[in-house]
Amino acid sequence: MAKYKNHVLVCGGTGCRASQGEEIVYNLNRVIEENGLEQEVQVVRTGCFGFCEKGPVVKMVPDNTFYVQVSPDDAEEIVKEHLVKGRQVERLLYTDPETKKHVSESKNMGFYKKQIRIALRNCGFINPENIDEYIARDGYASLGMAITEMKPEEVIRIIIDSGLRGRGGGGFPTGLKWDITRKVESDQKYVVCNADEGDPGAFMDRSILEGDPHSVLEAMAINGYCTGANQGLIYIRAEYPLAISRLKIAIQQAREYGLLGKDIFGTGFDFDVELRYGAGAFVCGEETSLIHSMEGLRGEPTVKPPFPSESGYKGKPTNVNNVETYANIPVILMKGAKWFSSIGTEKSKGTKVFALAGKVNNVGLIEVPMGTTLREVIFDIGGGIKDGKKFKAVQTGGPSGGCLTEKHLDIPIDYDNLIASGSMMGSGGMIVMDEDDCMVSMAKFYLDFTVEESCGKCAPCRIGNKRLYEMLHKITEGKGTEEDLSNLRNLSNVIKDTSLCGLGQTSPNPVLSTMENFWDEYMAHVKEDKCPAGQCKSLMQYIISEEKCVGCTLCSRVCPVDAITGDKKAPHVINPTTCIKCGACFEKCKFGAISIQ
Amino acid sequence: MDIVQLTIDNKKVVVEKGTTILEAAKTIGVDVPTLCHMKLEDTNFENKPGGCRVCVVEVEGRRNLAPACKTECTEGMMVNTHSVRVVNARRTVMELILSDHPFDCLVCAKSGDCELQSLAQNLGIREIKYTGAKSTYKGDESPAIIRDMDKCIMCRRCETACNEVQTVGVLSAINRGFESVVAPAFEMDLDHSTCTFCGQCVAVCPTGALTERDSSSKVMDAIVNPKKKVIVQTAPAVRAALGEEFGMEAGTLVTGKMVSALRKLGFDYVFDTDFAADLTIMEEGTELLDRLSKHLAGDKEVKLPILTSCCPGWVNFFEHQFPEMIDIPSTAKSPQQMFGAIAKTYFADQLKEKREDVVVVSVMPCLAKKYECSRDEFAVDGDPDVNISISTRELAQMIRNANLNFEALEEDDFDNPLGESTGAAVIFGTTGGVIEAAVRTAYEVHTKKPLERLDFEELRGMEGIRSATIDFDGLPINIGIAHGLGNARKLLEDIKAGKSQFHAIEIMACPGGCIGGGGQPYHHGNMEILKKRQKAIYEEDKGKTLRKSHENPFIQKLYAEFLGEPCGHKSHELLHTHYYDKKKKVEI
Amino acid sequence: MTKVKSLADLRKMKEEMANKVQLREKGDHPDQLVQVKVSMATCGIASGAKEVMNHLIDQLDQQAIEAVVTQTGCMGYCYAEPTIEVTLPNSSPVVFGYVDTKKASEIISRYIIRGELVDGIIPVNYETVNEKKKD
Repeated sequence: MAKYKNHVLVCGGTGCRASQGEEIVYNLNRVIEENGLEQEVQVVRTGCFGFCEKGPVVKMVPDNTFYVQVSPDDAEEIVKEHLVKGRQVERLLYTDPETKKHVSESKNMGFYKKQIRIALRNCGFINPENIDEYIARDGYASLGMAITEMKPEEVIRIIIDSGLRGRGGGGFPTGLKWDITRKVESDQKYVVCNADEGDPGAFMDRSILEGDPHSVLEAMAINGYCTGANQGLIYIRAEYPLAISRLKIAIQQAREYGLLGKDIFGTGFDFDVELRYGAGAFVCGEETSLIHSMEGLRGEPTVKPPFPSESGYKGKPTNVNNVETYANIPVILMKGAKWFSSIGTEKSKGTKVFALAGKVNNVGLIEVPMGTTLREVIFDIGGGIKDGKKFKAVQTGGPSGGCLTEKHLDIPIDYDNLIASGSMMGSGGMIVMDEDDCMVSMAKFYLDFTVEESCGKCAPCRIGNKRLYEMLHKITEGKGTEEDLSNLRNLSNVIKDTSLCGLGQTSPNPVLSTMENFWDEYMAHVKEDKCPAGQCKSLMQYIISEEKCVGCTLCSRVCPVDAITGDKKAPHVINPTTCIKCGACFEKCKFGAISIQ
Repeated sequence: MDIVQLTIDNKKVVVEKGTTILEAAKTIGVDVPTLCHMKLEDTNFENKPGGCRVCVVEVEGRRNLAPACKTECTEGMMVNTHSVRVVNARRTVMELILSDHPFDCLVCAKSGDCELQSLAQNLGIREIKYTGAKSTYKGDESPAIIRDMDKCIMCRRCETACNEVQTVGVLSAINRGFESVVAPAFEMDLDHSTCTFCGQCVAVCPTGALTERDSSSKVMDAIVNPKKKVIVQTAPAVRAALGEEFGMEAGTLVTGKMVSALRKLGFDYVFDTDFAADLTIMEEGTELLDRLSKHLAGDKEVKLPILTSCCPGWVNFFEHQFPEMIDIPSTAKSPQQMFGAIAKTYFADQLKEKREDVVVVSVMPCLAKKYECSRDEFAVDGDPDVNISISTRELAQMIRNANLNFEALEEDDFDNPLGESTGAAVIFGTTGGVIEAAVRTAYEVHTKKPLERLDFEELRGMEGIRSATIDFDGLPINIGIAHGLGNARKLLEDIKAGKSQFHAIEIMACPGGCIGGGGQPYHHGNMEILKKRQKAIYEEDKGKTLRKSHENPFIQKLYAEFLGEPCGHKSHELLHTHYYDKKKKVEI
Repeated sequence: MTKVKSLADLRKMKEEMANKVQLREKGDHPDQLVQVKVSMATCGIASGAKEVMNHLIDQLDQQAIEAVVTQTGCMGYCYAEPTIEVTLPNSSPVVFGYVDTKKASEIISRYIIRGELVDGIIPVNYETVNEKKKD
């Protein structure tokens, strides 16, 4: 039998795979074989490491050297240098942007330093397609303990005491939710895993399912035991093929081991899990929509009550939790409520996974304790703003959230603080914006998304969001009026107040929060026809400086619409009515005579 | 009974647990405006998707506004139905809905009868602050129903009617957000779908999104054509509802005024579909007795129960959804088509006119009849037995166009020979009527004894599915009645499963039967109107001297002179039809 | 496939599976373990470093000593190859030269287990080649 003295962990998340991760694995194995190391080195495809900015990522074990941006061609060098000669391949090491020094171990990298990985504990550590590795990491032990040694109420007590709240966005206490479903009497109940991750930019659920599918299965079985359900359903979007295939493998393996199916741990408890595919509708993240979609009906919400805990899938009591919520459960049972509740803030316990994106140096998936400040996330973990630009705002909670500014940077992140600041936790999307981002355009971007994703059932969301988008568009075109601004505010409030489900009740948040925090910017668009960030094309004007222009005619020759006129060796002029703002003249001018205003 | 106490607009209200705020408010004289909500008493139609958000009210302690139609009262609830916040929200939502609606009210078929229009008026909307793009969708013009989805406000009533009440399953919301629209699967046109054209979607549509195909101008064209002899036939349910179009109380019988109006409109002969209804009873009743006696004689092959076949929506339904059972319904044509067949043969001969010079127009409470007369098997060499079918509403429009003061019209009588009818034919207009008429005749034919009582109360009513056993002089006949296709489906499933105990079943596609047809004046959710129409129908029956179809002297004459005997050779040729398996006809 | 029929089954299975990820677990917190680095450059390999490394891994494993053995590049003591560097928890690293399998066993039994010093220590101002390069 092979006795491995080295493991080479290759990120097998969707992102890294898209950057030729599979070829890296193939080449590594090939070169390892060529060098006769196949009995000593094992290449393991793991889940996501989170540091997607620098993917594909390869980690060498046990010395923990962390290689970034590896290409398939690097396999040869990694094997020959690192594995054969014991020398690190320096060019593949991460370079600290501050000190410009190589950092070889991930734990010394700013990106990982402040992270605590609970939900992501196994991502990037185990081979998600091998149940043995999950079991080796205490997998299914929590389920075993729960169903052989504890009563459902006792398990639920631990979850309640741990303070775990729903990670899908709502933040409802998970234990309470379980308890409500447990107390409803019914011949049949269901537990559902909401894997319909739809926030733009958020991919934590996908990563967990790809990197640690068994943790979700185990938690669902625990949930089933607690609530009295013996059927679990995972509603997953069909656009997640890798997560689906890993889940299928995991379900198969768990069944083979008897960890799913009949008579689990010899207790007489039956539980099995099936997959249901969603067609990728944002609204199906809302639990009633999700349930309707699973039933084969149109994915649109119904008014609550009745809540799914009373009447859910096929009219039976149904407990719906999100992927990340589930991923926390086995650890909480293993390590105890006290341990979990020692992490985080007073009302938000544990950690939260965020998908950090936008204008930060280190984009990726991070997991930090509740209470970490936005500043720590953006500047320490995220490595600050790209290209040395100035931080302007961060949008949390995706299209349902709001944007937070400089003054919010030191607020400890938790459910309640984010809401108090005018945003929300949401599923954990975090998009950072810099000085070049126009906040009106940002609000417009999110509205564009909600207009697309509204199911159309209720009038305020179906029509109102469209009207919000149109007004914002008008403003970015420089055609807005002050009356539009007051209409925008009133309509936003009415949509929030009257929409049927969470989608419409939160969709105006990006508008309201940008109006709140960046009123001047709105006014500049409306009153001065200016976009302070210089992003709104219609409000930009290219101007040739009379002093600087030498009349070389280069600009007039590249102008595709003949908007530039002027005699040779005399200053040229741009006709603003014909100019299409393509920027060709700006690029071409050698004298810096053309400026944007 | 659990009760809860709450406060609505500063007034204490005590209601049963489970009552919605909307219902509770109504009890204290507070009418919260609604738009998408519609509940049809005595049917399983209840549409409250909570989608329009017009009925929102403020509930103390609640973060957002609550839809009154969907929110149940809870103990101690404090509700305000007209706070500044509520009124602003309601008006804003209404403005939004209007901002995505064509402003062609002046020329809209529903103008004056449109719930959106009245609501806008009630709320006093005078300007629309939020304007922008309007959602559009391709038009769809079937022979019976016209869909103009640009006018759709996504109330989803049609969906509820089509899926839950009728279980036809053609209409459902498709696409998302601003582009969402109610349509058949794969954006098919109705004509290519499994639509039965029952018209219940049209009957509940609050706006002009769903309307009938208007053929009234075609009728006028025929009337003014000197070469054409134009014959009109009117269905029994029309006379019980037409008056409503002219502001008369629901349930006012306007038979005489209607005949008078039709004559003034210029029809050459004003006849009655009721005549053909009597004829239907002769054929269908004979068929029933024939199957029954074979059954009693031990024939295992004979198909029982026999199902009525006078409702074209119902015929479409089983052709699409139960094609394996197309040999169970009676082969008798509907009264409309029997009338057409007789008019274009027997009566055309009498007039010494070629059939193509005779134009048969029918006035029907129904939209499926429009489709029915376009069926190939109901035409001879391309000339349809019934040329044009118009609805009760279209007739009203023609009367208005002719500047007739309907209420002031004198009463007039139908022409002969195709205008004479019995009370049995009149009750065809309501659920249970056809089978009661059949019983009256079948009993006497079978037992050779006169009936002692003619009013079979056990067959009447508004229950969705009813059953009764009628004693045919020692032979118990089990009768089933279903109205609404969802109810029909239940009885059909029973037959399919071999569980049905019935000998005969009457089925009407529309809730209430023809009185609730898709071509009738709009009831706007008030089911009392249907009950009044029903009452009127039974009154007309009661007032008739002849109340059994086989006693109609002109029917007797028709058989003697022309047809021979019921279910005889000529009858089969002219008065019976066959059905088609349409299951595979759905094209995508 | 064997079914897990009880919690005890699962625990037993976990023990059996532990070695699958042990290496990675160790890598996560090496400072609490005995760390052994074997110099595996050309010079080291030529002098038999590979055999020594395998021997160390086997022996440490057999004696159930929580240790992590990694290869490293040339430490610069080519004259004394194979060389290994041993770091006990909370101690400074110590480099041994001329390590063959016999010497390796001695280092385990005396230095690693009992903390006694063994002949062959190369006294150095400790700095690895890698760190030097980075400066």
